[in-house]
Amino acid sequence: MDFLIQRLPLYLDGAWVTIQLTIGGCALAFVLAMVFGIMGTIRHWLPRAIATVYVEVFRGIAALVLIFWMVYALPQLTGYQLADTFAAIVALGLNVGAYGAEVVRASINAVPRAQVEATVALNLSWSQRMRLVVLPQAWAQMLPTFGNLVIELMKASAVVFLVGIVDLTAVAQNMREATGETLIAFIGSFILYYLIAQVFIFGMRLLERRANRKLGRAVPGGGGLLALLKPEPVVTKSGVAK
Amino acid sequence: MFDLEWILQNLPRLLEALLVNVQITVFGYLIALTLGLLIAIVRRVPYFGAVLHAAMEFIRTTPLVIQAVFVFLLTPAFISPLTVGIVVIGVHYAAYTAEVYRSGIEGVAKGQWEAARALSLPVSRTWGAVVLPQAIRKVIPALGNYLIATFKDTPLLIAISVAEVLTVARQIGSASFRIAEVYTIVGFLFLIVTIPSAILLRRLERRYAAV
Repeated sequence: MDFLIQRLPLYLDGAWVTIQLTIGGCALAFVLAMVFGIMGTIRHWLPRAIATVYVEVFRGIAALVLIFWMVYALPQLTGYQLADTFAAIVALGLNVGAYGAEVVRASINAVPRAQVEATVALNLSWSQRMRLVVLPQAWAQMLPTFGNLVIELMKASAVVFLVGIVDLTAVAQNMREATGETLIAFIGSFILYYLIAQVFIFGMRLLERRANRKLGRAVPGGGGLLALLKPEPVVTKSGVAK
Repeated sequence: MFDLEWILQNLPRLLEALLVNVQITVFGYLIALTLGLLIAIVRRVPYFGAVLHAAMEFIRTTPLVIQAVFVFLLTPAFISPLTVGIVVIGVHYAAYTAEVYRSGIEGVAKGQWEAARALSLPVSRTWGAVVLPQAIRKVIPALGNYLIATFKDTPLLIAISVAEVLTVARQIGSASFRIAEVYTIVGFLFLIVTIPSAILLRRLERRYAAV
């Protein structure tokens, strides 16, 4: 125990890098998911084709390969070198954004047809329809899967130690090399990863609850914040967990 | 920039390495499928099931790559990195497939359990002939997604020096300084595998959804 307490600052530095990668990657992924997801629902073929190409390409390439490409291949091809952390964030964001775009597209398409017909009857414009009717309902549907994707991105970020970024995994490796204590050195990082994941899961559940409240839907399992800590039934039918 | 002759010269080596990725995927996925089912069933045992669930939750919320490195460092040297990689990937994905199976098992109507009970079927027949055939059928598409996910996680094993495609690409790249080419090829190789499998899977999904 003393071992970990003494070295806690180093672990926290690593954890901070992991958190930065996760938040940065999620921010980019969210924007990409929204843009390409909405494009995927437009009737004209061109935006739909662009969205499909984006999704298939960036979902198909492993995140690690993408990071290697960004860090090692891109400078050779273009002459510009991104900062390693930034390159990793871009690669993670592009990868997870492709999964997210599918979620956004599916959620928008799952909004009941009558809702869309009602907007037509009320003569709302496309942007009004999206902003006022479709997206708020789709949003509540997206959030549970987005929660999974946030955790997936956090986990995927662990590969960045392979390109020399000192994240939580790199700290475990360094500790082990410095002290020879493999077990304890790694357990420290494992625990921190677990805690970070729990915080993100909790945050996403808060968002989910808020989204459902705004739609006037009952919150299952009562009101208190503690209710959020209970595990929820896992929905796997969406098929986008990973 | 892109020298076709050089690419063709090195492609066989990369393809050979890609076979290692396929091998890891197949064996890892088989472990995930069987172990996951076992976990999903054992999870229904009180107390022990809860402990098992917590352990699976821990595996699912920590990164695969650090798990692989950790297990690799703790295993004796005579076990090859490839074996370690297959087992770690298999167990990691078992934590996911267990949840998939569980949702399938919970989706089986209560009347089916009651009917099995009324016919006083033994436990093995209740599971083997009534519950699992219905449960598994429903979750086949969801399980299929994890096959592709497993494949995309195989390059992580570069961290424990398994001779898979990214590891070999790095070797070729550092020997020839053609880093951009070699990683671009690896990216394309991944697309060549994953896009057709995704299309195949979607077709499978439609077939099972129709039934």
